[in-house]
Amino acid sequence: MPEPLPKSELDELSSEVRPAGLSESPFSEAISSEAPFEAYADAVMAPSVPVALPEGGFARRRIGIAFWLSVGWIALVILLALLAPLLPLHPPNDTGVGPVAQGPSLHFWLGTDDLGRDMLSRIIWGARVSMIVGFTSIAIGLAIGGTFGLIAGYYRGRIGALIMGCADVLLAFPALVLSLAIVTFMGQSLRNVTLALGLISIAPIARIIRASTLTFSEREFVAAARSLGARNVRIVTREVLPNVALPTFSFALVAVAIAIVAEGALSFLGLSVKAPTASWGGMINEGRTYLQQSPHISLIPAAVMFVTVLAFNFAGDSLRAFFDVRESAL
Amino acid sequence: MLRLVGKKVLYLIPVLFAVTMLSFLLLKLLPGDPAINILGPSATPDAVKQLDHHLGVDKPLPAQYTHWLANALHGDLGRSYQNQQTTVAALKQRLPVTLELIVLSQLIALGLAVPLALIAASRPGGIFDRVTTSLAFGFLAVPDFILGVLLVYVFAVKLHWFPATGYTALTTNPAENLKSLVLPAVTLAVASMAVYLRLLRTDLIATLQQDYISMAKAKGMSSRYILLRHAFRPSSFSLLTVSGLEIGRLIGGTFIVELIFALPGVGSLAVQSIFSRDYLVVQGTVLLIAVGYVLVNFLIDILYTVVDPRIRHAGALA
Repeated sequence: MPEPLPKSELDELSSEVRPAGLSESPFSEAISSEAPFEAYADAVMAPSVPVALPEGGFARRRIGIAFWLSVGWIALVILLALLAPLLPLHPPNDTGVGPVAQGPSLHFWLGTDDLGRDMLSRIIWGARVSMIVGFTSIAIGLAIGGTFGLIAGYYRGRIGALIMGCADVLLAFPALVLSLAIVTFMGQSLRNVTLALGLISIAPIARIIRASTLTFSEREFVAAARSLGARNVRIVTREVLPNVALPTFSFALVAVAIAIVAEGALSFLGLSVKAPTASWGGMINEGRTYLQQSPHISLIPAAVMFVTVLAFNFAGDSLRAFFDVRESAL
Repeated sequence: MLRLVGKKVLYLIPVLFAVTMLSFLLLKLLPGDPAINILGPSATPDAVKQLDHHLGVDKPLPAQYTHWLANALHGDLGRSYQNQQTTVAALKQRLPVTLELIVLSQLIALGLAVPLALIAASRPGGIFDRVTTSLAFGFLAVPDFILGVLLVYVFAVKLHWFPATGYTALTTNPAENLKSLVLPAVTLAVASMAVYLRLLRTDLIATLQQDYISMAKAKGMSSRYILLRHAFRPSSFSLLTVSGLEIGRLIGGTFIVELIFALPGVGSLAVQSIFSRDYLVVQGTVLLIAVGYVLVNFLIDILYTVVDPRIRHAGALA
């Protein structure tokens, strides 16, 4: 049985304590000690249009064309990544399949790099790395961090404080430096990169899920289930989890974007999958030397990565606005 | 309020303790024998034993930790086995570069975000508002290493306004120093600016819907006065928190930018020592970054309590 909230924590939860706009989102509980991951997520997910405009001219529940464009791009990237071995592409690591460092042409749609490799092929094969690392590492983070977050949010008290204390300690460590150290010492491979990024996503995800769980475990339907004699495990899995799942899904898309960027940073430093395996960050880095003569070698993968990250952010943000019942009910 | 501060200090102590313990354990958890990593696979058992002794890894773990912590408290974090420089000396040399970079980037970010947010929030849903919020959303999707490469391409390769890489110390030549830090600082500032802009704008719009703002309007005060004097301060608290967090994040998050622009800061020290498996330097750097992060967060928490009367009074009532 969870204990009732202590007074101080109730104060923290009440919207009196902080500006009204921020208490609206389940993601932004406890502003006073947020993690950068969450700050970023908050910033991405801050409502683009405020709750109630004086003019009142904006509909809240709105999934616009930009959302479908984002979803379409994500679907395209995933599809190409999945089908890469079946597509009629030049082998991504074969040098000299075309002229060296040439811009986009009819035969090589995205041009060739400094070793005469087909950039389109390398970008599609690189997408495999980004997607596998992005989705798998966040799945790991959700499985472990999500479980701890649910427990901490539902039981509060000592268990909750202990879990959140551990999360605070983990958050103090520089995430990217840590993953860099893990990959360097454990060896460069897709598996180790995914594990390292999954590991560093646990603490921030736990905090976010806890915040979201806190708001739901105080609701009437939880009290109702409890008074009907439901056990804690049932309440958490059947009453709280389905409600937490929706905002979590929209947040998870943003988290995948963060993981893709982190993988990009590692491969930019040459620490993700080993060369010559294609990865977007690696391609951006390889092209840096040729910025003067043939900037496309760096700029095309950079643009692809930017659009992909933007699409994930935008899809997550739109879904948040769509799912947030409290905003649209009024 | 003092009670609140006291409570936070009580929380700070175990967190700091755990952070030092984890920094210490970090290198124990990683696979591989430090001595063999340092000396190479062909090292003689004698040499390994001697180095083990030098590194202190031949004692039991708790003894190693207390020894290490006691030394650390005395300002001794060991030496680099590569150039024999002490870790503390290396950090002392590198820290000013990183701090200058962080301060400069935050000045740029806040200097742009605050006025833009004020203008955007004064007419929510207007053209200026929509353009700036969309741009900010776009900026959030630009990874720092991509932005760094882009800025080098435009401002160093094409326009030759700034050097692509390199660093001049502030004491050697202040003008050159600033020139070498502009591009890296802007690279870091863009994401922070986007975060601040979106946050402050949302808070401002929420504040502007409060009754006391209508009251002020009814009294005939100008919109500019209301925006600056009545709405800005109560809307800026989460901005304060988040900017503190940004600084905390940047302490360990500048290394990519430092590497791209070849700046001799703490981040590039961390990466170089990881690459060269310079265990004690890695450990010392991670410790500095983690403790720095915890302390910055602590200070922001305290500052938040001091500035916001609502929290101050909530604390007094508890």
